[in-house]
Amino acid sequence: MIGLTHYVVVSAVLFTLGVLGIFLNRKNLIVMLMAIELILLAVNLNFVAFSAYLGDLVGQVFAMFVLTVAAGEAAIGLAILVIYFRGRGTIAVDDVNRMKG
Amino acid sequence: MILALVFLPLLAAIVGGFGQRAIGATATKILTTGALFVSAALAWPIFIGFLSGASAAHVVPVLTWIVSGDMDVAWALRVDQLTAVMLVVITSVSALVHLYSWGYMSEDPDQPRFFAYLSLFTFAMLMLVTADNLVQMFFGWEGVGLASYLLIGFWYQKPSANAAAIKAFVVNRVGDLGFMLGIFGTFLVFGTVSIPAILAAAPDMSGSTIGFLWFRADTMTVLCLLLFVGAMGKSAQLGLHTWLPDAMEGPTPVSALIHAATMVTAGVFMVCRLSPMFEASPVALDVVRFVGAATCLFAATCGLVQTDIKRVIAYSTCSQLGYMFFAAGVGAYGAAMFHLFTHAFFKALLFLGAGSVIHAMHHEQDMRYYGGLRREIPVTFWGMMMGTLAITGVGIPAVFGNPVGFGFAGFHSKDAIIEAGWAAGQPGVWFVGVLVALLTSFYSWRLMFLTFWGTPRWAASEHIQHAVHEAHGHGGHGHNEEGHSESAHHPDPASEGAGSSPSTHGPSQQDLPAGTGGYHPHESPWPILVPLAVLSLGAIAAGFVFHGWFIEPDAGTRFWRGTIAFNEHLMHAMHEVPVGVKLSATIAMLLGLVSAWYAYLRNPGFPAQVAEQFHVLYRFLLHKWYFDELYHLVFVRPAFAIGRLFWHRGDEKTIDRFGPNGLAWVAQLGSRAAVRLQTGYLYTYAFVMLIGLTAAVTWAINR
Repeated sequence: MIGLTHYVVVSAVLFTLGVLGIFLNRKNLIVMLMAIELILLAVNLNFVAFSAYLGDLVGQVFAMFVLTVAAGEAAIGLAILVIYFRGRGTIAVDDVNRMKG
Repeated sequence: MILALVFLPLLAAIVGGFGQRAIGATATKILTTGALFVSAALAWPIFIGFLSGASAAHVVPVLTWIVSGDMDVAWALRVDQLTAVMLVVITSVSALVHLYSWGYMSEDPDQPRFFAYLSLFTFAMLMLVTADNLVQMFFGWEGVGLASYLLIGFWYQKPSANAAAIKAFVVNRVGDLGFMLGIFGTFLVFGTVSIPAILAAAPDMSGSTIGFLWFRADTMTVLCLLLFVGAMGKSAQLGLHTWLPDAMEGPTPVSALIHAATMVTAGVFMVCRLSPMFEASPVALDVVRFVGAATCLFAATCGLVQTDIKRVIAYSTCSQLGYMFFAAGVGAYGAAMFHLFTHAFFKALLFLGAGSVIHAMHHEQDMRYYGGLRREIPVTFWGMMMGTLAITGVGIPAVFGNPVGFGFAGFHSKDAIIEAGWAAGQPGVWFVGVLVALLTSFYSWRLMFLTFWGTPRWAASEHIQHAVHEAHGHGGHGHNEEGHSESAHHPDPASEGAGSSPSTHGPSQQDLPAGTGGYHPHESPWPILVPLAVLSLGAIAAGFVFHGWFIEPDAGTRFWRGTIAFNEHLMHAMHEVPVGVKLSATIAMLLGLVSAWYAYLRNPGFPAQVAEQFHVLYRFLLHKWYFDELYHLVFVRPAFAIGRLFWHRGDEKTIDRFGPNGLAWVAQLGSRAAVRLQTGYLYTYAFVMLIGLTAAVTWAINR
């Protein structure tokens, strides 16, 4: 029987993967965007799981909101990426350090 | 009337000084000169009123100034006999100097500033002499010091003028410290700064003592000596005299007004004003007498060897001030004031005459390059002649049945001082007085002979060569252009007005006598000659006309009426000195004249031989007794060393090191560490955010 614990564990694993994807990723910014997506999905999974467990629909409504926001964020993020690539010719993470003091 | 007299010059100075752009240069000059002539016209009736005995001393209140506890200081103008004498001297000489400056400064671009300063000086001097309390006197005292500083440094492009101005200011500060301490002490002892109150209380204080730290001293002696230090500074007495010769860097009218006739006599005026106080302290009088006599002798010896015409007269001034002080020191305050009065006329005359000579000689001041000017500038010559006759004291003494002496101004006043020295039982002082009379006569006639007699020695002078070259360089051009080229020559008030005298550019140098270098001196314009003429009158007549009121026992007592400590017995005793004493000054004068004639006309090689023979003494005198060198060694160098110590060690290596520089260093170090945190990589920021978030959540949960 698959219970709440399993959902929460999977969600935690996904979240950790997402966070590590941001910190340890040395490849490029697209991977970073995908890692953010993973974090959001982990949160969604938590919302839905607890919604079912508690019998409260508000959690599922929130999940829908998060999906919407995630779609918007991905669109904007990719747009920025494209512009950035046009300007600098690279999207490698290690080259993106113009904010260095 | 007295209000207008005192404040007109101030008004003129303010309007002229700040509004010169608005009203223009000529209007400023007219305004200041006019104000001074009005003041002079107001001063003479006051003086004459006192002479005739019609007026009485009175005080005109102006404003309340400081009221604090027991101290009550008011602006008030005190008009009495002593003030009236000074008023006449100041306003008359100042008005004439203003007029003189029209001619002397005519080529200067900064004339409005000059005239405004002159008027400001006059106002400050008038404040000084009309002061009813010591604080107001100190105000005037500092005011004249400021004006003197500004005017010595008037040609601020010249480094030497700036140095001289600063020197005058600093040396005067030393004297002013004494004066201030004297005022403080006076207030401490008497509880008031009002001069009449102090003078009334002074005799009772004689013999009391005042404690300071661990010793006790005679009250009046301490106060008088402190005040006298102030007088020494202002009147350039031995020790604090070094600024006066250097002050000759200023324009000549300034030297005549400030450093001969008025400001430098402020010390004498102060001692006379406070004479009842000084009478209460025999020790202080001894010091005054000694310092006066020493200065007198010192300055006269220095004057013997100087070659700069203005410096000779400056030392002569210093020496005459010494005469005034030793007159005050023997108790002959009337004689001191009398010499002040006559000296103002003949010394201003000599200075203005010297200015006229310098003007004619294209700013050459060295007497070695003069000679034979008698025929070239006759009016100036006769003016200087009157001044010299007055300062050397030419006259017929009242001996061998001659009831009353008759002579030039200095004859009456200086002989009175010398006789007073003998009559007061001070043969030493009398001897110094006679010796200095000889020296005075010698250096005064030396100046005259070198300048006006003999053969021209102008050719060697760079200034003259310059002038001649300038004139010939424009041979074919018209006069107008030449006038321009001269006037472009700041700060030379050039040798002539535009085109006024064509002889400078005479066609052939060959016709001219040797030594002239092709140069023709020109008599000065009338604004210069009129003051010379007026002052000549003063130099001739001031002594004979006024000696009764100043020094005769009966008339003097009636005139002074206790304004100064007029010593009737001493004045009587002066008439009963031996014939030899009466003749002494006149004989000394004649000896000086004859020796100067021998040394500079009869046998012109003689001075050089003497200088060769006594070269140690000659160098000693030429270096003015090495006072400047001594002060440089004792005061200036240590002061610089201490300054450098505090600057390098104290400021740079301590305060700056741990203060501003240290703090800046810490901030820099901190920022260098902070910079390392800011990598520019997104993931670093995200990581920091995560850590922060985790910490915040942990805190929120465990709370």
